[in-house]
Amino acid sequence: MLRLPSFTYLQPSTLAEAVRMKADAGPEGSYVAGGTDLYPNMKRRQQEPRVVVSLMGIRELRGCEMRDAGCLVGPCITLTDLCTHPTIRQHYDTVAHAAELVSTPLLRNMGTLGGNLCLDTRCNYYDQTYEWRKAIDFCMKKDGHICWVAPSSPRCWAVSSSDVAPVMVALGAEFRLVGPNGERVVPAARLYANDGINYLTKQPDEILAAVRLPATDGWDATYHKLRRRGSFDFPVLGVAVWLRWDGRYVAAARVVLGGVGSRPQEVAEAGAALTGTDLSDESIGAAAEAAYRPAKPLDNTDFDLSWRKQMTRVYVKAALDELRARRR
Amino acid sequence: MGTRRKQPAALRVVGKAIRKVDATAKVTGVTRFADDLFLPRMLYAKLLRSPHPHARITGIDISQARALPGVKAVLTGRDLPIPFGILPVSQDEHALALDKVRFVGDPVAGVAAASEEIATAALDLIEVRYESLRPITDAEDAIAHPEPRIHDYGDGGNLHKLVNLEFGDVAEGFAAADLVREDLLFFEGSTHLPMEQHAAVADWSPLPDGKLTLWSSTQTPHYVHRALAKVLELAPAKIRVVATPNGGGFGGKSDPFSHEIVVAKLAMLTGRPVKITLTREEVFYCHRGRHPTLMWVKTGVKKDGAITAMHFKSLLDGGGYGSYGVASTYYTGALQTVTYHVPRYKFQGARAFTNKPPCGPKRGHGTPQPRFALEVQLDKIAEQLGMDPAELRLKHLVPANSLTANWLKIGSMGLGECIRKVVDGSGWKEKFRKLPPGQGIGLACSSYITGAGLPIYWNPLPHSGVQLKCDRGGGVTVFCGSTEIGQGSDSILAVLAAEVLGLDPFDIAVVTGDTDLTPVDLGSYSSRVTLMTGNACIQAAERARDVIASHAARKLDLPVERLAFADRRVFDVADPAHGLAFAEAVQLAEAAEGTIGTVGSYTPAPSPGKYRGAGVGPSPAYSYSACVARVDVDPASGIVRVPRVWIAHDVGRSINAATVMGQIEGSVYMGLGEALMEEMAYRGNRNVVHKIPSLLEYKSPTTLEMCDIVTYVVEDPDPNGPFGAKECGQGPLLPLPPAVANAVYDAVGVRIDEVPITPEKVFKALRRKEKGEEPRFGPTQFPDIAWPEPTRVAPPWEGGDGRAVEAGQGRSMADEPARARRR
Ligand SMILES: Cc1cc2nc3c(=O)[nH]c(=O)nc-3n(C[C@H](O)[C@H](O)[C@H](O)COP(=O)(O)OP(=O)(O)OC[C@H]3O[C@@H](n4cnc5c(N)ncnc54)[C@H](O)[C@@H]3O)c2cc1C
Ligand code: SF4
Repeated sequence: MLRLPSFTYLQPSTLAEAVRMKADAGPEGSYVAGGTDLYPNMKRRQQEPRVVVSLMGIRELRGCEMRDAGCLVGPCITLTDLCTHPTIRQHYDTVAHAAELVSTPLLRNMGTLGGNLCLDTRCNYYDQTYEWRKAIDFCMKKDGHICWVAPSSPRCWAVSSSDVAPVMVALGAEFRLVGPNGERVVPAARLYANDGINYLTKQPDEILAAVRLPATDGWDATYHKLRRRGSFDFPVLGVAVWLRWDGRYVAAARVVLGGVGSRPQEVAEAGAALTGTDLSDESIGAAAEAAYRPAKPLDNTDFDLSWRKQMTRVYVKAALDELRARRR
Repeated sequence: MGTRRKQPAALRVVGKAIRKVDATAKVTGVTRFADDLFLPRMLYAKLLRSPHPHARITGIDISQARALPGVKAVLTGRDLPIPFGILPVSQDEHALALDKVRFVGDPVAGVAAASEEIATAALDLIEVRYESLRPITDAEDAIAHPEPRIHDYGDGGNLHKLVNLEFGDVAEGFAAADLVREDLLFFEGSTHLPMEQHAAVADWSPLPDGKLTLWSSTQTPHYVHRALAKVLELAPAKIRVVATPNGGGFGGKSDPFSHEIVVAKLAMLTGRPVKITLTREEVFYCHRGRHPTLMWVKTGVKKDGAITAMHFKSLLDGGGYGSYGVASTYYTGALQTVTYHVPRYKFQGARAFTNKPPCGPKRGHGTPQPRFALEVQLDKIAEQLGMDPAELRLKHLVPANSLTANWLKIGSMGLGECIRKVVDGSGWKEKFRKLPPGQGIGLACSSYITGAGLPIYWNPLPHSGVQLKCDRGGGVTVFCGSTEIGQGSDSILAVLAAEVLGLDPFDIAVVTGDTDLTPVDLGSYSSRVTLMTGNACIQAAERARDVIASHAARKLDLPVERLAFADRRVFDVADPAHGLAFAEAVQLAEAAEGTIGTVGSYTPAPSPGKYRGAGVGPSPAYSYSACVARVDVDPASGIVRVPRVWIAHDVGRSINAATVMGQIEGSVYMGLGEALMEEMAYRGNRNVVHKIPSLLEYKSPTTLEMCDIVTYVVEDPDPNGPFGAKECGQGPLLPLPPAVANAVYDAVGVRIDEVPITPEKVFKALRRKEKGEEPRFGPTQFPDIAWPEPTRVAPPWEGGDGRAVEAGQGRSMADEPARARRR
């Protein structure tokens, strides 16, 4: 069977201790939460940390409570707890829904919100064993030099495959990051970079210490996920839509796509097409068209890429139809 | 053979739903699979596999690996130079590549070390120099590129096997037809996906005794035994193969494998037990699954749907080795004739070598592909004739107890009843072509063999043997070489012995799949086990019953004919109170005759076909299935869902009603996966790597995709089956893909002539339909192949005698090598 390599496992109980342990380990260190992403990657030698620092023993990374009209969620909450949490269910149903769509019940029992938001980007040239990758002479993301998906490209196009991240971006959540140089708060969108290798803007030693969900006033949101099967599968397309209503009309809107680029991708034109409308068929059609154009899936996930692109239209429309139906 | 077949008036055990004899152990985690075995001082093995799809090995340096602390032995091809293969005609595999690798994943070296970690680390220290050869990516590529050859044998270039058979003049048949249709269809390759990854443990007791024991998750311990003897040059008596309970097989554990031979050799070299457990990825490389098959079928029909002639061509992508491929090729042409009457029939089949993991037998072996083609084409024909597809089929069923054009002998035949069941149950008449847009219903039928009529290597011996021992305490032990792969074969032996001897199935100890302890059974493949081991078991049990009865009769002072065996007693049928406990009766017999042990065996009757190629297709009995599938198709995305399937299966007779149901449902599940999503995908332009060798990315349905199933078990007992039983483990898979394809057409009016029926394909076909183009997705051409002269055989109704018209035709595929040498 595939074996984990040997590594040192550390269990800090405070944030400061964790940051120090990680800094001591240097580039050979990695944080882990539920391990459902990191450990399979280690088995396949995609990631090879020698020191693994677990965040699961740090109490302050755990809670979930309403505060200052928003909600503060600890990143080490498991996805199962997140999607069954009464506060989340009541006020942030879309977050609960997206979390519930992640993988299988077993993985949700282990996997955490923080791990999901920091999930490694995926590519079916990369999510393979060492031996397999050796047969294609590796790729730029690990051990190699070229990108097999786009061989003339200077960058890696591995895909942002988190279900919850696009929802966080659409909602305008904020992330608190704690590192050796103190702490800072960034809007969710700013955590992500459009590069398959350096897909996070945070420093490697920084810990995602809290997720702040916005106040629950006058907005609605939804998340639609495209995948082959009703369970187990990563999204090959995620559509998160957030709308602020002003009476019958849309005051502001954000349409964010997951699974089509190396980061959750906000399509500003789609949001603009909706603003000021009452979600008429034309405006939904225009938003769907606007989302379709920039969506640029590549041949590195399940399904045929041209079909995936076609589905952007279909899924954006379905998400907006749902929001409209809920309003009426 | 001497014993009278006394059928008890009423069956007591047979036909009931009985807990499998191994179920408790399985659900409580007690069953020991091969990977659960730990022996003292055991070493762990890993295989180094080729990163090249097609290359010559120019050098291997193992010195660094050998020097790694903890490494105990390193093997390369030179250490195991004798070739092997499941079929005598295709002895083309080496345990470790000798001088050439033929696919990414082909084993090149083996390491035994103190731990799996060390063995893994050692793999990276083995230096192999390769000289790349142009890879052959698929069957069409193999035809276009006869060079470089993947193997230096076969039917020319990169074609492994060419078959050309003609039963009557099809041209004349087409001329007499009112409608002739030609269709092209493609069936993608898929793999078995057993939950248990292959594992094996070898142990060697040192010289002078020198005995090898191999525990392995294999479906065919007897064939593994033979391969080990050949490659390791050991006397068969010096080898014991134990088939551990298989955590699923589906045909994927039916070949002798590299890893089995390598651990055996490593154990012999190191004098220590050696274990290997394959990774999931490696299981994808063992493969032996469904052949991707391109098919062209031309059928002529009369206005009432009666077939006048059929011409069928298949092109199979075989992968890097022979495996069962010659048989698979014949199977793509063998069973077209056993459902509807086909008076004239021509079959041309070709199998290509390609640089991918070898294909072989997967549930339905070679027959789901042609069945898909045939049943989809019949749906199109019915539409063109303006007939209901169910009526068309019902009108032209093959009669029971008849011969087919290709000389297969049909016994019982319950397809008509199966069709009527699913048509009534599904409300077919009210739904077909009448559902709202996006919803559809489709029908398809099928048939499958209950055991191959011929063994894999030519021999006149029984296909299955049973030894039965009666204990003086009243228990009975049945010894049989069959292997339990989860299908319930151990339970079958217990149920049948219990039925004949009047015991409870849980009174029967079952010892199976051990070449030292059990008589040969050829293995768990071709749906042969219930019929063949069952008949052997009944024979042994009846012989035991006769011995016991003769002594009980004397004691009870009754004629033997008056005795009945039931409820663990032997008693007077006329006066049930007058009798003995079974144990007492055994003791009387044992006191008089010594240990009570009997044997039984089973050999299928010879089949009437005598031409070369007639070896594939004959069976003691054919099972039949009919299926109706309901689908929902989303026109915006092309996504197809199957909410419900109605399936009727003619099993002859249920031995265990629970396992029959389980096998039918399991077949539906697997068929649904092939219909909708399963795909052995490779990257032809990237070193022909398998695109997705993992449980996550190789898509197989989850419980959420699984449809509701309404199952009808049809019992049309076959005289050749034990209590009339026929197979049920493979046949019910076959109608799923065509039923779904036909239902998709009913739903949205597009023909998807290719499985899997993925959303992309439906979406494209819908687009074509919108644009007024042909509303279809499927292959567009069948390549030209230089077929050999056909073997011409007259059908039975045209005065044939089962022999080829021209001279020089042989009997079975098994004797081909001898023939080839003589030529
Ligand atoms: C078969 C399978 C199917 C899956 N399907 C889906 C799916 O459908 N959708 C989906 O979104 N995901 C899916 N996943 C991915 C994964 O299980 C989830 O995203 C899960 O939430 C990851 O959380 P974790 O705690 O297990 O992450 P971990 O493996 O513990 O961590 C993942 C990464 O995040 C980093 N990290 C974790 N927490 C923090 C933190 N607080 N601060 C800084 N860095 C941190 C780790 O260092 C690591 O690099 C799947 C995984 C598998 C194996
Ligand atoms: S996108 Fe290119 S570089 Fe990135 S993981 Fe895939 S193949 Fe490698």
